[in-house]
Amino acid sequence: MDLMSRTSGQQLRPGERVKRLLGSRRTFVVLLVLVVLAVWLLALAQGVPGQRVLSLMVRGVMLGGILALGAIGLSLIFGVLRIPNFAHGDMMTSGAYLALLVLSLLPLGAPLGPFSFGYEFLVALVIAMPLVGLLGYGLDRLVFRRLRAQKSPSVIMAMAALGSAFLVRSLIYVFWGADFVFYYTGRPRPAFEIFAGIRVRPDQLFILGLAFAMIVLVYLLLERTKMGKAMRATADNPELARVTGIDTESVIRWTWLIGGALAGAGGVMYGLDAQLRPEMGWWLLLPLFAAVILGTIGNAYGALVGALVIGVVWQVSSAFLNPAYGPGVAFMVLILVLLFRPQGIFGRPGGP
Amino acid sequence: MALLTIDGLTTGYGEMEVLREVSLQVDEGSIVSIIGPNGAGKSTAMKAAFGLLKPWQGSIRLGEREIGGLSADKIVRLGMCYVPQTDNVFPSLTVEENLEMGAFVLTGPTKARKERVFELFPRLAERRRQRAGKMSGGERQMVAMGRALMLDPQLLLLDEPSAGLAPLLVDMIFEKIRDVNASGVSVLMVEQNAKKSLELADHAYVLVNGANRMDGTGSELLADPEVGRLFLGG
Amino acid sequence: MSDVAFIKSLMLALPLAFLAGRMLPARLPLAVRLPVGLVVGWLVAVAVTLVVPAGLMAYLVSFAVVGSIYAVIALGLNVQWGYTGLFNIGIAAFFAVGAFTTALVTTTQPTGVAAGFTQQAFGLGAPFLVGVLAAGLAAGVLALVVGGPTLRLRDDYLAIATIGIAELVRLVFQNERWLANGPQPLRGIPQPLACLVRDSGCAWLPAPLASLFEPLASRDYTYVYMLITALFVIVTFLVLERAIRSPWGRLLRAVREEEDAAAMNGKDVARVKLQAFVVGAVIMGIGGALYAHYMVSIDYSHFDPLYATFLIWVMLMLGGSGNNRGAILGAFVIWGVWTGTAFVVDAIRPALAALSPELPARGPYLRLMFIAFVLLFILLFRPKGLIGEERFVSRHSEDRGR
Repeated sequence: MDLMSRTSGQQLRPGERVKRLLGSRRTFVVLLVLVVLAVWLLALAQGVPGQRVLSLMVRGVMLGGILALGAIGLSLIFGVLRIPNFAHGDMMTSGAYLALLVLSLLPLGAPLGPFSFGYEFLVALVIAMPLVGLLGYGLDRLVFRRLRAQKSPSVIMAMAALGSAFLVRSLIYVFWGADFVFYYTGRPRPAFEIFAGIRVRPDQLFILGLAFAMIVLVYLLLERTKMGKAMRATADNPELARVTGIDTESVIRWTWLIGGALAGAGGVMYGLDAQLRPEMGWWLLLPLFAAVILGTIGNAYGALVGALVIGVVWQVSSAFLNPAYGPGVAFMVLILVLLFRPQGIFGRPGGP
Repeated sequence: MALLTIDGLTTGYGEMEVLREVSLQVDEGSIVSIIGPNGAGKSTAMKAAFGLLKPWQGSIRLGEREIGGLSADKIVRLGMCYVPQTDNVFPSLTVEENLEMGAFVLTGPTKARKERVFELFPRLAERRRQRAGKMSGGERQMVAMGRALMLDPQLLLLDEPSAGLAPLLVDMIFEKIRDVNASGVSVLMVEQNAKKSLELADHAYVLVNGANRMDGTGSELLADPEVGRLFLGG
Repeated sequence: MSDVAFIKSLMLALPLAFLAGRMLPARLPLAVRLPVGLVVGWLVAVAVTLVVPAGLMAYLVSFAVVGSIYAVIALGLNVQWGYTGLFNIGIAAFFAVGAFTTALVTTTQPTGVAAGFTQQAFGLGAPFLVGVLAAGLAAGVLALVVGGPTLRLRDDYLAIATIGIAELVRLVFQNERWLANGPQPLRGIPQPLACLVRDSGCAWLPAPLASLFEPLASRDYTYVYMLITALFVIVTFLVLERAIRSPWGRLLRAVREEEDAAAMNGKDVARVKLQAFVVGAVIMGIGGALYAHYMVSIDYSHFDPLYATFLIWVMLMLGGSGNNRGAILGAFVIWGVWTGTAFVVDAIRPALAALSPELPARGPYLRLMFIAFVLLFILLFRPKGLIGEERFVSRHSEDRGR
């Protein structure tokens, strides 16, 4: 009973009240947990051995880490610029392929430890990340900034993002062709058991570790630096940010640079785990948006949570569904979110 | 000495005219209030002063300097800060971080400034690490005002500071406004709560249908029968 | 002129007559425009048939067929985007659903040996028009399902959800063998009015007309199909032109302009948006049906978002969103650009090969890059498109300001 709360004289209709209850954060989180459990149980019910389900769970967390790298950037861009960046998936793809390019230019080294990659892969990763950041920044400079200056409606900007997505993808098609490629061929990548019968590949543990290391760095950036705080502030409320005197153009610039770099890293790691194909990013768009909306647009930490949930549900469901339907599963989760709590876990009712 | 001068301001949204030849003035050190019925254009006048709307005609001057149409971050640097009516805090940032954002245009440390704001709003000091989104309406209003004060502005623009607050809090907010003014900050506020704001204001303007209707000191208008009829529940 | 040329010119005359009639000033009464259009159209058709060599003619006619199919889809998109402002990135889903629905409805279940190769959920062997109707219905139902929950929310969410539905539809048609033989193509989709070009002729056609069509050979079937698609474009166009000037059309535009929020509450807005979304989807489904009967054999790869969604957006944005004529114009122009770039890429093949041996094979992607540039160019410099939006002068003067 907070005397300080705004006085509201409105009586809620019974339907509204039920809806509010269903949409409350607690219910929603419970719902999410139930979904994850349901997927688990379905897998087990189909006779999939428990160890495999656990392994898939670990894989799911890893995939969630990769998705988080994309989702965090996407969420920040969505929050700061208020446009759904349909080019984000293809930005991840470009990261993967740029790393491939660097790899092809460097002399091939011996694999590091139990991993399938050598030093050159790490160099490629480090180079690809800022390049994709620059790509994002370039897109903003050339396309979105002009549209902002023209006060174009946000749908036009969303369409421009779509156009940029196809432009980037067509460039990748032109330079690398449509076939899938691997970073490394002919290197056996056996899975090993970490404990309790859970089998993962060493590369996957690396990806998991690196993804989370990057997320920690992002956390430090957002929490400890002035620009990071300004990014969070602008993602919360761009108009207020402007009114406060925050240099929103500078914030936008950094959002693209960092969002792009993260997307690039995500793409490289996705390529390492699976393979590279020009459509890989576009197929990730749906899980990325599902994660972003689940975690509330503009909230980087929400994006992380969303990505983990999507990753786990995706992987574990592949035990009993055709793995090709992965994005379909993410879509189902998205629909659930839109039906019950469209503002996401951390949002307020009444929309973002 | 006039700090803010709005002269013959005509402006609106899109093609819709909202204000016609509105004039008002804020003297240094004073509290000026704009009152009027809903849709009179009060908030619009404030938004125009802060560069959120381009004036179609007329001038807006801060001191000697013409500021009509300048961008917000420039105006902020010139010593005028604005507290919007709604969505006036960054919900996912803590109280402290909200304040820090207020001082974004400065490069130095913000500790001293934050402490000054906390002196003014001790309740915020207790809750400095709390996320602004979790705070009640009254607390958020304080955060919003505190944020605007971080730059030691000469003039503070407040858009309906008491909106949506319980009566107890309305008094508290107006107390704070008085305190802020006492510390040397001039205040221009738009208010729905005519009575309270007239009690506080040194000077007030009544806007009706986007134009000046009358003006005078707070006590003059409080005593005015027409004002009484229109706004004070006569 | 030869009999063949005569009947071909007659078939060409219909769409040309319509075009001619539309281009005449609207002030002239219909009684004047109709015959004049017919005459002008037929004269042009005759001229074209006589002058243009047969090979090129055949190419142009099939160009017109595909252009018309895209025009129908662009018209559907115009209802959603041009008039209501809905951002549908899942056009491919409705296109595909329409195509596969008519395929399933108009083909027959394979039996015996053939059943081993082709699986499909059902095959009704129904006539063409039933298939088209079913296609529109199926697409409409899909739109209802997708739009229902999402249109109450932000438009961004609709866009994202439509990407999802397009993905899902593609995945289903790719992986579910039992449904439509995915990933294998579903073949044998019947061609409507194919009897016109067969020696045996159409049983239901009266003798004098039958002799008219007699000279046509099976390779001339595209002329027949062009007539069908042209008819669909014309009818859809006329219906939409009427609809947009109706009170319902005004509602759509009001929703897009977000006019007067006080007059329409949130629930009404969502309902109108859903109506527009479904109507547009139905039209897209019909376009899909037309596609299926043209291709005779379809599979999931035909509905790649590149060609089935992106291209159509560029068509509408170029032609002019909010304008039915713009939609049709844009469809033909972009289809022309797309096929034209194929010739260009072919012509510069040696230059490409000199740059890199794999480049010529990647020609389609160079063309895609070009189209992407075209779209960005349009968005940056001329978002209204070539024709721009039609301004409707209301019979009642509108309330200005408050």
